[in-house]
Amino acid sequence: MKKQPIARLETIANDIRKDIIKMLEHAGSGHSAGPLGLADIFTALYFDVLKHDPKNPDWADRDILLLSNGHCVPVRYAAMAHAGYFPVKELLTLRKFGSRLQGHPERTRLPGMETTSGPLGCGLSQACGMALAMRMDKQTHRWVYVVMGDGELNEGNIWEAAMLGGKYRLNNVIGIIDRNNIQIDGPTEDVMPLENLKGKWESFGWHVLEVNGNDIEAVIDACAMAKTIAEKPVMIIAHTIPGKGVDFMESDFHWHGMPPDHEQAKKALHELRTLGGKIRGEHE
Amino acid sequence: MSNLHLADLSADITAEPIRKGFGRGLLAAGKLDVNVVAACADLTDSTQMSLFKAEFPERFVEIGVAEQNLATVGAGLAAMGKIPFVSSYAAFSPGRNWEQIRTTACLNERAVKIVGSHAGVSVGPDGATHQMLEDIALMRVLPNMVVIVPGDSLEAERATMAMAKDGRPNYLRLAREATPIITTAKTPFEIGKAYVYEPGSDVTIIATGTMTYQALLAAEQLFKDGIEAEVVHVPTIKPLDADTILKSVRKTGCVVTAEEGQVIGGLGGAIAELLAENHPAPLKRIGMLDHFGESGEPNQLLEHFGLDAKHIRLAAHHVIDKKK
Repeated sequence: MKKQPIARLETIANDIRKDIIKMLEHAGSGHSAGPLGLADIFTALYFDVLKHDPKNPDWADRDILLLSNGHCVPVRYAAMAHAGYFPVKELLTLRKFGSRLQGHPERTRLPGMETTSGPLGCGLSQACGMALAMRMDKQTHRWVYVVMGDGELNEGNIWEAAMLGGKYRLNNVIGIIDRNNIQIDGPTEDVMPLENLKGKWESFGWHVLEVNGNDIEAVIDACAMAKTIAEKPVMIIAHTIPGKGVDFMESDFHWHGMPPDHEQAKKALHELRTLGGKIRGEHE
Repeated sequence: MSNLHLADLSADITAEPIRKGFGRGLLAAGKLDVNVVAACADLTDSTQMSLFKAEFPERFVEIGVAEQNLATVGAGLAAMGKIPFVSSYAAFSPGRNWEQIRTTACLNERAVKIVGSHAGVSVGPDGATHQMLEDIALMRVLPNMVVIVPGDSLEAERATMAMAKDGRPNYLRLAREATPIITTAKTPFEIGKAYVYEPGSDVTIIATGTMTYQALLAAEQLFKDGIEAEVVHVPTIKPLDADTILKSVRKTGCVVTAEEGQVIGGLGGAIAELLAENHPAPLKRIGMLDHFGESGEPNQLLEHFGLDAKHIRLAAHHVIDKKK
């Protein structure tokens, strides 16, 4: 995919956020905060970092992107639609009967969806399995990216995979933790403390990068840096603001698992259209 | 049935742990297809993956004691075109990692081959924690999953090779102790097929795994009682060979099932469901009756829990009486 200027990518991220709001309002259920916070990371991945072809989702040389915290899939659906995997108008079928856009992602329903996820903690192990298979097949030109939530790191399965990745030095695995500090029951450090998170991953044999996950250019740079680390797998701790771009949702854990109603969606869309009041809305 | 090339039970019969056949089958499948790979959760010798590991070290992954990771790494390997066999004791896989198998293999349609060894009370002294009895039920309830319970080591070898060519998630149940070898190299095995090992017209005995040998012994004893029992060996519990089973029951009119596991959700459960909807008939289920095992010698436990030819024979008389 042709490299695009950062300003253009920021516009795409904003479009993705608007679609997330529209999808969730239309669906009447789903998660708001995580997908909004991840919009910049998914823009960076689908419009710069990943080697992929929306017209040929099964391309044998593609990079693989796994979304381990499946409840954040609206951001992936929106990014995929804007990248050309399917029509943008299909986004409004999210969570509806017969839709390819299931409430939690299902691989077998949507080309380009690399795995089925929802129950937490399973993505990193699958990434490790994929990386092991790539090593057996001597494929050194492909990477496996896996996006995880921070609350998801409560799962034991994650740490089983962390040990395996460190043991086998799976240098073609690049993990991205959405460090937004919230989960359903409250702040992560209240529910189940994760810190020292960087130290945890380092002690498991991972090279850790920390980045502002709402800075598209920084995310792109971090992924480029990650690909140069040859001796270890890499974990990028991406600090994001949950609900990013919608003032009344930002950093409020109540928005983790809640969709906006009609009035809230209107307010959110207005804010996104005006970039928080910086420009005039398109219909004003 | 002569075309099944079964072993001669009247001669001195040899016995071998069923898991040994898996080890040989995996090695053979690995030689036939470079995409066959294996992963184990710290039980490589016990589950007999050691043969494969020695021959193909670069295609073997040691996962450590981490069964959730075992299943999901398997799903990742399968996603890249590998044919992953992942093994542990059945109590731990699929005992501990059921949701991972459900989501990342079955719903995700990735053909992970789950191999659970040391199933049944015949594990013996290790006790109830390690005697897996609920695995058949756990795996049978999952859409897309195939459940295979071989009756001896030779059948396990053929089943393993068939699994390598099957595009679905599979569960293979293995036992620890030596089990009499009732088949020969020429005995057929096909996933999804049940086989009439002994023809008869008075009662159908449907057995799987280690209990098929016991069913054949029971049929011999019943013959002396003047009863001709038909023994149907069911190595594939899902998908169930309804045609072969119903054909037998329509002829005999009564049924005994026999398995070394919980009858609830197990072979007994599967047969009860099949008969209730298609051909209700008197039924007695031999197996674990909603309780756990305990420590002891294998034969002592099998007798204690009624998992032997003697109890199958008594059950046969019981269902024949109910026919009248």
